Amino acid sequence: MTTTAAPETPPEVDLGGEARSRRADKGFTGLVTFAGLTVLIVLGLILVTTSFQAWPAIVLDPVEFITGTRWSPSDEIFGTLGFLYGTLVTSVIAMIVAVPVSIGIALFITEVAHRRSRKYIVTIVDLLATVPSVVFGLVGSIVLIPWVTPIYQWWAGVVAPVPGLNSIFNETNTGRNYFTAGLILAVMCIPIITSISREVFATVPDIDKQGAYALGATRWEMIKGAILPHSFGGLVGASMLGLGRAMGETIAVALVIGGSIGINANLFAPGNTMAAVIAQQWGESGGLHTDALIGIGVLLFAITVLINFLARVVVRRAELKMKGAHS
Amino acid sequence: MTTLTNGGMTPPDLSGKNLSLRRSFADKGATLGIALCVLIAALPLALVAWQVVSRGASTWSLDWFIEEIPRNYRTEGPGMGPAIVGTLAITGMAALLSIPVGVLGAVYLNEYGKNKPLARFIRTMADVMTGVPSIMMGLFIYVGYVTVIDDRTGFAGALALACLMLPIVIRSTEEMLRLVPDELRQASSGLGARKWRTTLGVVLPAASSGITSGSLLAVARAAGETAPIIVTVGLTYVYKPDLFDGANTTLAAQIFRNASQPFAASQDRAWGAALTLIAIVFLFTIVARIIASRFAIDKR
Repeated sequence: MTTTAAPETPPEVDLGGEARSRRADKGFTGLVTFAGLTVLIVLGLILVTTSFQAWPAIVLDPVEFITGTRWSPSDEIFGTLGFLYGTLVTSVIAMIVAVPVSIGIALFITEVAHRRSRKYIVTIVDLLATVPSVVFGLVGSIVLIPWVTPIYQWWAGVVAPVPGLNSIFNETNTGRNYFTAGLILAVMCIPIITSISREVFATVPDIDKQGAYALGATRWEMIKGAILPHSFGGLVGASMLGLGRAMGETIAVALVIGGSIGINANLFAPGNTMAAVIAQQWGESGGLHTDALIGIGVLLFAITVLINFLARVVVRRAELKMKGAHS
Repeated sequence: MTTLTNGGMTPPDLSGKNLSLRRSFADKGATLGIALCVLIAALPLALVAWQVVSRGASTWSLDWFIEEIPRNYRTEGPGMGPAIVGTLAITGMAALLSIPVGVLGAVYLNEYGKNKPLARFIRTMADVMTGVPSIMMGLFIYVGYVTVIDDRTGFAGALALACLMLPIVIRSTEEMLRLVPDELRQASSGLGARKWRTTLGVVLPAASSGITSGSLLAVARAAGETAPIIVTVGLTYVYKPDLFDGANTTLAAQIFRNASQPFAASQDRAWGAALTLIAIVFLFTIVARIIASRFAIDKR
């Protein structure tokens, strides 16, 4: 290596090392750029390879694949609408529970808690995030379901005379249903929504909060008047990130949702979601059935990437606006 | 003038006592509601901890950690050795694959790319990639690797977990590199070091504790992943330390496999495996926390 550099360099100064170092610099730049690009490469490969593999199952009947509700692998009928419905229903239940709770926790951490207790609450939320999803599924399927089944049955009885509600909360004989899955998803979404909400609340300028207090606002009025209007955009983004997480969650849902196929307005009825059906049927699938499951994955990938992308844009825009307004 | 008209009156009472009943009620109620939210989050954590410890602790014995997993779901008794070895081997391999690439990628973002459009795009896509469902990584490796070599190996699982860890490592490392003071870089350049030497010799060592703790958190998250493992490796119970030959199994996969059975013996094993998995995950998390707090950049 040094021999190539030697002829041009005066003998008294060792510039061979210099040239080598310059080459090393170039090489290192190339190396780290490639490492950065792996993210794009992997994301691109995910889309291309899985779409390619799923293609035969999708072109079999593209309309049926997106809008059909019949899923019968032995007859080669693959309609995935029922799973999309399950994914949407469970994640909406999760959001209805998780978003207010997470915003409450984030407010407690940033506005209410004392410095010392703040640390413990942050730890609780962090610990919740470290519990593996399969453990939530295990606790849900073995412990929670026997507990909640009588509650569901009691509630279905209570709302039976109310039109509308009685079709959403109809009678049931199992706790393995959309509603249980939604509750477990809610628990799993709380950490991410809480941590993003905290970041968003941290960008609210102190001067606004002090101003609200100076005008005689109580803490709640300060939160309503200064914090929430400022953070609305960021909170929408945080909720969308949670939604993306909920839609992609697989194992916990697979263990508690029951695994029936089709669309059911009754939240207390068993169903299935896109991610969960892949995990449940993967072991016994083959050929076109496998391809169709991968096709569900491609749909799920597209939906979650879109939601995550939008959420990031919303959060970033909200943060920029905040910085711009008060710097 | 004002002093004259205000003469006989006492100054207005601005303390909280003078709040109207409605406002003070709303304030107290809101505070209570916010505190209740914390309780709602603590409840499932307590439930999980209590159930897993109380049901799983009885399975722990020396045999539990080394014995083979019984073939039959109904067979009582211990054995989760292959899964423990498999969890450590597969996540270890995933860490080996993803951490170097992730750290170098973060070096690109923070030291080279900075605010270039490409770097900004990679940053956004890394964030998006953290939100990709884990099962998708499994499907990707299944199509791109398992069907190509036509064998379900532990290495395929490690690849899937590595894809999952990559964006987490990149983003956490970048946060840490950002904390390294610019003076260090300038001092190194001033001494005549080239950029690659500055990066490898000064910036990365300065951020090493943060990078280690961030990577350990990514490992902890990957260790608990089930979906990518059952898609790429499948569900097995055999003992195979070799990642390149035949299927391995992990604790997470064993929890899933045993939890879906109605037999008490297999459910007991699922609880034991859950306790073991949580112990491993917590160990990684605690070590990461200690490293992060003990060796933080600003404290040196």
